[in-house]
Amino acid sequence: MAVTYLEAIREAQTKLLRDDPRVFIYGQDIAGKFGGAFKATKGLAEKFPGRVLNTPISEDAMVGTAIGAALEGMRPIVEMQFADFSSIALNQILNNAGTHYYRTNVPVPITVRLPSGGTKGSGPFHSQSMEGLYSHYPGVVVMTPATVEDAYTMLIDAVAIDDPVVYCEHKYLYYHLKAEALPKDSFPVGKARIVRPGRDLTIVTYSAMLHEVIGVANELQGEGFEIEIVDLRTVKPLDTATVLASVARTGRLLAVGEAFPWGGVTAEVISRVTTEGFHLLDAAPVRINAKDTPIPYHPNLWSEHRPNRQMILTKARQILQE
Amino acid sequence: MLQTAQRGKKSKKAAPGKPSGKSAGVHDRFVEAFRWMLTARILEDKLASLYRGGMIVGGVYLGRGQEAVSAACGMFLQKGDVFGPLIRDQAGRSAFGEPLLDVVRTYLGSVKGPMRGRDGNIHRGRPRENQLAMISHLGAMIPVMVGKLMAKRMKGEKDFVGLTTIGEGGMQTGASHEGLNIAAVEQVPLVVVVTNNHWAYSTPNEREFACANLVDRAIGYGYEGHKIDGTDLNQCLEVIETAVKRARAGRPPQLVVAEVLRLAGHGEHDDASYVPQEMKGQPFAQDPVARTEKFILGNGLLNADALKQMRAQIAKEVDEAVATAQQEDPPHPREEDWRSMSTGDLLDRPQLG
Ligand SMILES: Cc1ncc(C[n+]2csc(CCOP(=O)(O)OP(=O)(O)O)c2C)c(N)n1
Ligand SMILES: [Mg+2]
Repeated sequence: MAVTYLEAIREAQTKLLRDDPRVFIYGQDIAGKFGGAFKATKGLAEKFPGRVLNTPISEDAMVGTAIGAALEGMRPIVEMQFADFSSIALNQILNNAGTHYYRTNVPVPITVRLPSGGTKGSGPFHSQSMEGLYSHYPGVVVMTPATVEDAYTMLIDAVAIDDPVVYCEHKYLYYHLKAEALPKDSFPVGKARIVRPGRDLTIVTYSAMLHEVIGVANELQGEGFEIEIVDLRTVKPLDTATVLASVARTGRLLAVGEAFPWGGVTAEVISRVTTEGFHLLDAAPVRINAKDTPIPYHPNLWSEHRPNRQMILTKARQILQE
Repeated sequence: MLQTAQRGKKSKKAAPGKPSGKSAGVHDRFVEAFRWMLTARILEDKLASLYRGGMIVGGVYLGRGQEAVSAACGMFLQKGDVFGPLIRDQAGRSAFGEPLLDVVRTYLGSVKGPMRGRDGNIHRGRPRENQLAMISHLGAMIPVMVGKLMAKRMKGEKDFVGLTTIGEGGMQTGASHEGLNIAAVEQVPLVVVVTNNHWAYSTPNEREFACANLVDRAIGYGYEGHKIDGTDLNQCLEVIETAVKRARAGRPPQLVVAEVLRLAGHGEHDDASYVPQEMKGQPFAQDPVARTEKFILGNGLLNADALKQMRAQIAKEVDEAVATAQQEDPPHPREEDWRSMSTGDLLDRPQLG
C-alpha cells in the first residue's frame, strides 16, 4: 500500500503522540474532525484527546507557548498553517527559542512545522520557502525533507532533538509523492544523501526541487552525462563534507533551491565550495533560485518564477560544456 | 536555591522589633515586603554608582518608583509557581528568591553568574527554577509563561500559578495582545501585572494608548481586572495577593494595573529631562520606599533603630556580593565554547565560526 508524503507526516505524528506523553500538537484548525488545512493531523485529536489543540490565529503566541511548554519538559510540535505566516513568529523562533540555550544553558526542544513552497495558484503569501531565512540565525536546526521516507523519519528525529527544529515540509509533495511503505531505518540527521552517483556534474538541492533535478538528470543521461545528485535533507547544519566530496568527484557544481535568490542555501553551498574546494572545480559553480519578486499567483507566471526543469537543464548543459 | 520555600522563617529574622498581637502576621508580611523593596533600592543605587564608575558594560535599568508593586509580585509565589519578571522587577526578583549574587554577577559579567557573560542586566533568569529569562522583545514572555502553566497542567500538577509583569508601553505590542489572549483561551492560572509608570522610554501615555485605563482591557480579554496605586504597599499586597489566590483557585487570568512614576531615567544613560515638573507632584509620583518607611515608623511596625539596622544589613550584603563578583573572572573568548545548541553534532561547523 502506497504512502504519500503527507500521510508520512501524519503517521510520524501518530507515532510520536502514541510513544511519547510529552508530545502535543498546537496549531490553527488542526483539531476536531477537520484535522488541519492540509489534513496533516486528521483523526489525531480524536485518537489523542487533549493533545492536539486548536489555537487562536496567533503565530507569535503559539510558538511562545510551545517554548514555555518545552521549558517545562514537553515536546510540542507547532503547525503553522502556511510557512508564510511563520513570519509573525520569527521573533519567538529565532530570538527566543534560538537564543535560549546559549543564554541560559537550557535548551528548547520545540518543532515548528512549516508547510512550505509553491503550488499552482497559491500566490505571494501561501508559497514561500523560508529555510534560508531561518538558517541565517544561530540556534536552530532547519530540515527540508524531499522524500516520503525522510518526511517520516526526520519529523520523528526533529522531536527527539533537544534544540529547536524548523521542519520545512513541501506542500507540492504532499499528495503527489508516494512511497511503497514507511521506512524502518532512518538516515542520520544532518547528513546529506547522494541520491544518485555520477561523474560529470554535482547538483546540490533539497526539498521539492530534488524531483525536478532527478528529471533533469534522467534527461541528461540520455545525452551521455552522469549527474551526481546531493539531497541536503537538513540545510542547517549543512553537510559541507558530502558536498565537497561530490565536487571532488565531478569538478562541477550546480546548486538549486526554490527560495528567493539573495543569499540563502544555494549561495551558502557555493560559498563553501569555492572557499574550501576551489581547487576541485573545473568550471565556475552556478546556482538557480526563484526570481527576486514576490511569488506570482497565475500558473503561467509562477512556473517561470520558480526554478523549473527547463531552466535547470539549460544551466546544467552550459556547465557541462565548459 | 530559591528562597520562596523558606519565606516564613526568613521574615521573622528580617523583622526585628515586630509588634505582637493578631495583626502580627499582616505586619510581618508588610515588613518583609519592605525589606525586599529596600534591598532593591540599595542594590540598584549601588548598580547605578558602579555604572557611573564605568564598572558595568551596557545598560543599567532601575526599578526606582516601582518597588512596592514589584515586591508584591514576588511575595505570594510559592515553590512550584513561575515568575516572569521584566525590566523593573528587582524587588520582585529578590522576593521570589533571586540571590544578590545572580544580579551583580550578571551586571559585572562574571562567568559564575547565570548568564556567564553571554547576556546581561535584566535578561537574566533561571528557567529550571521557574524564573524565566526575559528576551528584550516586549510581550514575548507572556505566551512563554502560558506554555509553562499549560505544561504543568498537562503533567498533572496542581495549585500552581504564574505571575508575569510588563510595562504599559510593552503592553501595546502585538505579541502582548496575542499572549494575553491565548492565556485566557487556555484558562491558565495566570496573573499579569502591568505597571504604568507613565513612560515608555521617552514616550508618554498619550502616545501609547487611547483607552481611559488599561484595566478596562481586562473585560475585553476575559480577565478579572484590578487597579492599584503602585506607591501604596498595603494596596499592592492586598490586591496582588487576591489576584494570585484567585488565579490559583481556577478563576480566569487576572490583570492588575498599577500606577506609578518611573523615578529614574529609562536607563542610567538617560536623564529623563522630558518628564515635566508638574507630573512629579502627582500622587502616583510618590516614592514608594519613602512612603512605606514613613508608614512603618508612624505605625510602630519597626522603630528607627531597627530600620537603621535593616539598612545596614542589606548594604553589607550588597557590598559583599559586589566584592565577590568583582574578584571573579570575566568570560574569555578562548574558553567560550561558541555553541548555540545543546546537540553538539548538529552544530553548523562551529570550528569555522
Ligand atoms: C518590541 C520591542 N520594541 C522596542 C523595545 C525597546 N524598548 C525597551 S524598553 C522600552 C520602553 C518600555 O516601556 P514600558 O513597557 O512602559 O516599560 P518601562 O520601561 O516603562 O518599565 C523600549 C521601547 C523593546 N525592548 N521591545
Ligand atoms: Mg512604562
